[in-house]
Amino acid sequence: MAERQKVTESPFTVGTAPFRPGDKPNLGGVWDAQPKDLWRPDPEKCLTEDTHAHANGLIRVLRDDHKADGEWNPQLSPDTLIEGLKHMVTLRVFDDRMIKMQRTGKLSFYMRSFGEEAVAVAQTMALENQDWIFPSYRQPGAQFVRGRDMVSMICHCIGNTEDNVKGRQMPVHYTWKEGRFISISSPVGTQFPQAVGVAMASAYKGLDEACITWLGDGTSAQGDYHYALNFASTFKPPVILNVVNNQWAISTHKNLATGGKNFAARGLAYDIPSFRVDGNDFLALYSVTKWARERAKKGQGPTHIEVYTYRAGAHSSSDDTSAYRPENEFETWPGGDPIERLKKHLIEIGAWSDEKHKQLEEEIDNEVMQAYKKACEFGDLASGPYPPASTIFTEVYEEVPWHIQEQREELGK
Amino acid sequence: MAKMNMIQSLNSALMHQLERDENVLVFGEDVGYFGGVFRVTSGLQEKFGAHRVFDSPLAEGGIAAIAMGMGLNGLRPVAEMQFADYIFPAYDQIVNEIAKLRHRSGGEYSTPLTIRTPAGGGIKGGHHHSQSPEAQFTHTPGLKVVYCSNPYNAKGLLTSAIECNDPVIFFEPKRCYRGPFYGDPHKVPTWNDHPLGEVPEEYYSIPLEEANIVKEGDACTIIAWGTMVHVCEEAIQQSGINAELIDLQTLVPWDRDTVVQSVKKTGRCVIVHEAPKTSGFGAEMSASIQERCFWHLESPILRVTGWDTPFPHTTEWDYIPSVERIVEAIRKTQE
Repeated sequence: MAERQKVTESPFTVGTAPFRPGDKPNLGGVWDAQPKDLWRPDPEKCLTEDTHAHANGLIRVLRDDHKADGEWNPQLSPDTLIEGLKHMVTLRVFDDRMIKMQRTGKLSFYMRSFGEEAVAVAQTMALENQDWIFPSYRQPGAQFVRGRDMVSMICHCIGNTEDNVKGRQMPVHYTWKEGRFISISSPVGTQFPQAVGVAMASAYKGLDEACITWLGDGTSAQGDYHYALNFASTFKPPVILNVVNNQWAISTHKNLATGGKNFAARGLAYDIPSFRVDGNDFLALYSVTKWARERAKKGQGPTHIEVYTYRAGAHSSSDDTSAYRPENEFETWPGGDPIERLKKHLIEIGAWSDEKHKQLEEEIDNEVMQAYKKACEFGDLASGPYPPASTIFTEVYEEVPWHIQEQREELGK
Repeated sequence: MAKMNMIQSLNSALMHQLERDENVLVFGEDVGYFGGVFRVTSGLQEKFGAHRVFDSPLAEGGIAAIAMGMGLNGLRPVAEMQFADYIFPAYDQIVNEIAKLRHRSGGEYSTPLTIRTPAGGGIKGGHHHSQSPEAQFTHTPGLKVVYCSNPYNAKGLLTSAIECNDPVIFFEPKRCYRGPFYGDPHKVPTWNDHPLGEVPEEYYSIPLEEANIVKEGDACTIIAWGTMVHVCEEAIQQSGINAELIDLQTLVPWDRDTVVQSVKKTGRCVIVHEAPKTSGFGAEMSASIQERCFWHLESPILRVTGWDTPFPHTTEWDYIPSVERIVEAIRKTQE
């Protein structure tokens, strides 16, 4: 057989990030998309094809001059906006303190929501209290909205005697049933189709409940993402499926997560109304989520949302962004900083000031430090006490079976 | 009492549970309108409606995931995986999610669900319609693993599995759906003539964790599950040795007391399963039995299993533990 000739030196495409360390990053500065571009369809009557422009465009409410504009303006009261701002600042200050704790050996691991604080905060505020939250690891902010005690959250992150998951999971893998906040799991994306099941159960019982869930641009490559969209499309339960496109999955840029131009438009192929929303615009996020919730209540089924944002921080405390992207890349993100944008909007409408903001940050920082001290009363990472070793053996099953009981006795604790 | 094959008795268990508890939902591929490729869910959609018994998209990972979501939100789903060979797209959902939810959430959440799946060989199914992957699940804390073998225990065990507040993987030996299998592929007996084909029409349950002593004996203890129970029954008869036969029924947690008591009595033990030998559940049992029965053993514990190879198509009768191999093992324990 004759030797076969090579016909190409580049047999397949391997994408890369737009900027690498040493490059001068420029993510565009400003967006062409403006709040008035996109209309708000009737959530009850909307067909998937009515959202083609929304899936391929970008829903915004806050203009570049910090005024709210367009049909998607949710017309929230200043008090509600201040509440949202407060939760976002709480999350950022909390994260900043916790990452310092991790750096000084007081937590084993941590993950910040830096740059994405609006996501879970605005979206949870747009829901009803009976709705189910099925988070990934960058939505802890939902707990602040639902009123979880900060001490309890820190106890979990330390893994001490008051950790409600009993030292079994890594930090930031929160569970909080009282707030209908379902347990976070490390395998990414598994929660997406599970959320469809949760919503199917709510619908089966005839209750006015929705389930919201999130995953990242990187995770949208998992089969679980596609299971979720297909099952949601087939059974049409009240589920809100969010792809948080924060550009990065650890070091993998979204250019390697898909060959497509965006994530929202994938939902169209599943016949699910799909929206692409400025994820650093509190008002737009709130509004789109409210739309999805209204649609769910009317029995019209799922909504698919691409939350367009930027992961300003590292993936986790174990990650080093300087190895794969320019340090200041996030400063060139056209969506800016979600907290700054809401703050400037509130100042613009005369409901807020830099002084008040500074005071708020100080108050929260104080609150976090107090909460950390209180949490350490139940054990710190260095010296414990930790949950008793017996918690290894309990709650594997409803009742401890004989073989696990024997192993517990073998450990002798 | 009524004459039932295993398909009918499983159907009867599902019917009772659908009647008794409105939180029970039954779904999977081809499960709804058609009633399942093996007919186990036949007539259930007609009787209970399409919101309780329905067809799902063809995606085992999605089926397991929605079952988990339903389970943690108050329902009691019974999902079918059409063949145990096709459970692996759902493996992550089962192993990392379903099995761990109660523990990882500090007991705040749990998901009481049952995954039913036809397993085992003897139907000319080749690599991917014949495997018996129970050991893939017995190695996962948080799951209960059940393997029925006849119409009577299939109904009683499935009833308990559905009522169990822990997730249960429920294996059904597909070769025995319509009749027991005694190792001779040319003979196709039905459950009609078998005492365990007499099944109460009314509701009943058989506790998980309890093995069934199929036949008492004092010369050797044979432990099997699924189709192999019947092959072992035949082998014992052909061997002429008065062996005791235990149908394990539940693999996690297994009925060690019954097994240990028997092996202490007989001093000899053969474990038989269709799955490959290496890391099969027989290895776990063998180790556990010798820990407890070492000073009572008169001969080494033997295993008769499928080979450590992929399951074949035309040569499956040389793969599945045969009566001859089991007889030989029983005799060997008597040397």
